Amino acid sequence: MKFTEEHEWLKQDGDLVVVGITEHAATQLGDIVFVELPEAGTEVAKDDEVVVIESVKAASDILAPIDGEIVEVNEALGDEPAKVNDDPMEGGWFFKIKPSDPSQMDEYMDEAAYKAMVE
Amino acid sequence: MSDLLRTPLYDLHVGLGAKMVPFAGYEMPVQYALGVMKEHVHTRTKAGLFDVSHMGQVRIDGAPYADVAAAVETLIPVNAMGLGEGRQRYGLFTNEDGGIEDDLMFANRGDHMLMVVNAACKDADIARLKAALEPVLTVTPITDRALIALQGPLAEVALATLNPIVADMKFMDVATVELVGVDCWISRSGYTGEDGYEISVPEAQAVALTEALLAHDDVEAIGLGARDSLRLEAGLCLYGHDIDSGTSPVEAGLTWAIQKVRRAGGDRAGGFPGADRILQEFDDGASRKRVGLLPEGRAPMREGVPLFADETSPECIGQITSGGFGPTVERPVAMGYVSVEHSNIGSVVFGELRGKRLPLTVASLPFTPANFKR
Repeated sequence: MKFTEEHEWLKQDGDLVVVGITEHAATQLGDIVFVELPEAGTEVAKDDEVVVIESVKAASDILAPIDGEIVEVNEALGDEPAKVNDDPMEGGWFFKIKPSDPSQMDEYMDEAAYKAMVE
Repeated sequence: MSDLLRTPLYDLHVGLGAKMVPFAGYEMPVQYALGVMKEHVHTRTKAGLFDVSHMGQVRIDGAPYADVAAAVETLIPVNAMGLGEGRQRYGLFTNEDGGIEDDLMFANRGDHMLMVVNAACKDADIARLKAALEPVLTVTPITDRALIALQGPLAEVALATLNPIVADMKFMDVATVELVGVDCWISRSGYTGEDGYEISVPEAQAVALTEALLAHDDVEAIGLGARDSLRLEAGLCLYGHDIDSGTSPVEAGLTWAIQKVRRAGGDRAGGFPGADRILQEFDDGASRKRVGLLPEGRAPMREGVPLFADETSPECIGQITSGGFGPTVERPVAMGYVSVEHSNIGSVVFGELRGKRLPLTVASLPFTPANFKR
């Protein structure tokens, strides 16, 4: 699993990469009340705004961590946005992306480096 | 944050794990460990304790209450003279253009008037009062007392454990009551739409009183985040957002705060700043109105979102002034101003959010029914 400085996690799943936000980020954002997801089939470039999260406090953008095609989104978040708070590392995932350049993953931190950053 | 002020409860907030943020020149708790959503629901179902010590408490005396009230009526379009002893009322400072300079509570305390004004406006309010009333009357900012709000259906039960007499108070009653061995000035009021009390306590006893209340199983400390969502669901205006120096009381739907005696034909009609415009608007109506707005989807629409009549029209017909998620109604809620032709309950308008126009329905306020002990 890899981590970005923007508090996203990336997990390899076959030839796809699953993306979500970390426990730390979910806690900082507070109670999440709405998640706007991209449509499956969307081509995105690294740093494109792909997801909007609304917490009770404010709206936050989630950026695409890598280039690729969004192939699946977590539709369950439409009815249950609080999943992002309750289970950020598993059930609260946002989307699965098919990377156009898997080597883009290499620049991101491993778990130990991420933990060191947020501590 | 070194130039920010702290209330007498600052250390207590930090000890409770509050997240402190700058607000109106003070370091204030925006939320505690429970988080905004649970704090909100706790207040609606049990009782929440809020530190509102940043608000301005002002004593006006130097003459019998009737004379103080007559003088204050030159600044507010409200029936202050008709307020009975031991009673509190909502009021507004207006300006010459008919806009609102601040909203406030004032009480008839027999030999003086006690006023509570917004933190961000208190310096200007005190200057305005002094300029208009002194030297005949005396305007004294009260800086040695904290202000605590206890709100929610179990507020009465919780506060009555410290002094049972508070259970006899009705909505908007004001009394001096001994709590934790010291005289507190209590009103049965608040700004959440729930029953509850606002308690002015000498700063030396503020921590003891707060700890005594928090010791009650059903009382939790609640931050500014939940205070905002509670007052929004209750349809209450936040000064500087839903009302300001450019909005009139008629536009804001606050005509109920201007009693008949101060309106055209009343015994003390007019005689306050902006009376010409405000009384004219009573007759002719305002060109825009503050309304409740329910976004049809799940996306919250917040302050600043522009409103349109349909999905394509370029002409803006209004703007959201407060919006967010309502934890009790479990959906996004908002309020804002729309031009009068779009202000009927049930009208559909469109808010532009992230480049998309999304429908909202004009709805009656409040979103949650008021739960006052009348």
